[in-house]
Amino acid sequence: MSLTAYLTLAALVFAIGLFGVLTRRNAIGILLGIELMFNAVNINLVAFARFHGDLLGLVFTLFTIAITVAEVAVGLAIVIVIFRVRRTVEADRLDLLRG
Amino acid sequence: MDATVWLPVLVLGLPFASFVLLAVVAPLRRAGRAAGAVSIAAIAAAFLGAVLVWSVGFTREATWTWIPADDGPTATVGVLVDPLANAMLVLVTLVSLLVQIYSLAYLHDERPPSLGRYYTFQSLFAFSMLGLVLSPSFIQMFVFWELVGLCSYLLIGYWYARPTAARAAVKAFWITKLGDLGFVIGIVMLWAATDTFEFRVLFALAQEHALAIEGLGTIMFLIYLGAVGKSAQFPLHVWLPDAMEGPTPVSALIHAATMVTAGVFMVTRAQPLFALVPDVLALIGWVGAFTALLAATMACVESDIKRVLAYSTVSQLGYMMAAAGAGAPDAGFLHLLTHGLFKALLFLGAGAVIHAVGTNDIFRMGGLFRAMPQTGVVFIVGTLALAGFPPLAGFFSKEAILAGVWEADMTGPFLMLALTVLLTAFYMFRVVFLTFFGRAPAAGHPHDPSWTMRAPLWVLAALTVLVGLRLALGDVGAHHGPGWLAPLSVAAALGGIALAWATYQRGVVDPGGLAATFPFSVVDLLARRRYGLDTLYAGLYRGFLLSFSRLIGWIDRYLVDGVLNFLSAWTLRGGDLLRHIQSGHAQDYVYGVAFGVLLLFVWSQWWPR
Repeated sequence: MSLTAYLTLAALVFAIGLFGVLTRRNAIGILLGIELMFNAVNINLVAFARFHGDLLGLVFTLFTIAITVAEVAVGLAIVIVIFRVRRTVEADRLDLLRG
Repeated sequence: MDATVWLPVLVLGLPFASFVLLAVVAPLRRAGRAAGAVSIAAIAAAFLGAVLVWSVGFTREATWTWIPADDGPTATVGVLVDPLANAMLVLVTLVSLLVQIYSLAYLHDERPPSLGRYYTFQSLFAFSMLGLVLSPSFIQMFVFWELVGLCSYLLIGYWYARPTAARAAVKAFWITKLGDLGFVIGIVMLWAATDTFEFRVLFALAQEHALAIEGLGTIMFLIYLGAVGKSAQFPLHVWLPDAMEGPTPVSALIHAATMVTAGVFMVTRAQPLFALVPDVLALIGWVGAFTALLAATMACVESDIKRVLAYSTVSQLGYMMAAAGAGAPDAGFLHLLTHGLFKALLFLGAGAVIHAVGTNDIFRMGGLFRAMPQTGVVFIVGTLALAGFPPLAGFFSKEAILAGVWEADMTGPFLMLALTVLLTAFYMFRVVFLTFFGRAPAAGHPHDPSWTMRAPLWVLAALTVLVGLRLALGDVGAHHGPGWLAPLSVAAALGGIALAWATYQRGVVDPGGLAATFPFSVVDLLARRRYGLDTLYAGLYRGFLLSFSRLIGWIDRYLVDGVLNFLSAWTLRGGDLLRHIQSGHAQDYVYGVAFGVLLLFVWSQWWPR
């Protein structure tokens, strides 16, 4: 399999994730979309590491996974708190910062 | 630094120390009389030092670098002690001391903080005036020149809650500032031409005829302008009568004996330079004589006792300037000293009268000689001295001036000055007869003031007599002039006294009728309107300065502020429009980011390089 195939896969996953972030009403859905986009990046990193023979890409991927876990934990915690206060996690209704 | 320099520096430093102490230590200043005691102690010590300097009579100059430069200092500060400065030191410290003692009683009704403020300014004034007379250079003189102007402003406006006093203070400040503008321009032009501010160097250049500068006449004229403002010469004399809004002791000290003579002192000090420009010297003489005559006519129609004395001061300053212009600065300086004594005496005497009767209007006084004989005696001594009556101090100095002007072949100024002798005697005895003799008004029980006010009066009266006797015995007045001069001036003085006696004491001549006959009616009309000068200045002020200020105000309000208001208004409007972009929906922002990345991508791919 060539590098292009991996990159195409990553691009597809990224596009699906972006589509999810842009269109999901539910905040948890948006978080899932973000996860997909992260993983698309991870695929890219791993693919480049594999085809260039550079371990640095793998190291970065490990970092990304670890940090993503933390990010998801914080994100979900925020979503839960928002739900407690507002009794909803609909993204369209969370517009307190409107100018 | 040996003792000969140390002593004048101490004389200069004592009032300054007192000023700093009173200015910094607020509780002491607010205590009032304690502040007065500090100030009086400092000036008394300074007076003793000044007498010591004067009695030793040495000439010394010591300077320290002020503005350093590669090839020698650009400007220096220091003290210049010579006979001229010594005499001024004694006069300034003596009159300051007496006035400060007198003020303790004169201002005893003041609140303590106000009194403390008064003595703080008095100390500052004493320091500034001493610094002025000790100046070894034009630039230091200018600094102290402005400081005395500031003190004058502060003390005229001492009762700043009175609108008239506040206005008079501002008027004095601005009108003298007109002259000071010329002074500073002249100093800087002289510096640009000779590269020095110092009198010693300048005089040496003048002596070696090495001061042939292009436009020296203009420079000296500009420097003379400073004296015109400070010494109340025509046409900038209008501030001095208004300055009488200040407390009477202030008028005695600043607006009679010391500060207003700074101009005369400066012209005397810079005489070697003025001597190089005969045209300017002639102008000084003519303006001085004209000022003397003009002010004397205004004094004849004034009814406020302090303003009569103020016009008299302007008139006598005219004498001094005329002497300086006639190339007899010694005579002018002698008159400066004697005038300082008897005019301070007259002002303090007038202060005692005002203190006793509570009015300045001489037509509402009368018969006060019986009620306050001591004040009456010293006031008459001062009046005789001012009228030029032998053997009192004023006679010799005034005669020396007349002789100097006559010998300089300035017939016009001489005639004006001789006429002024008569007018001086007339207006001063008009005041004496109206105030101390004649009918007493019914109200009030005036009496001689307390000893703190009487003592300075007696000291000044004694000095007026003693200096006169000393001048009569000695040969200090070098200008004797023609033999007919002394009889003429005494006759003129007697004529003035007789006229005043006939008019205001015996009632033989009706003053109203006298003023209505032809040659006097015009002068009377003009003098009562102060020759329209106040009106002219007010008109110029309104016509030019105020319209100019309005124009500038309009530009500031509508052009400068307009641009700023436009900018701020459109910033607000713009923000109001743009805030709708901020929807608060996180997903809209992601759209923005995604669209932005897309744009960047397109740009990077297809933008022509």
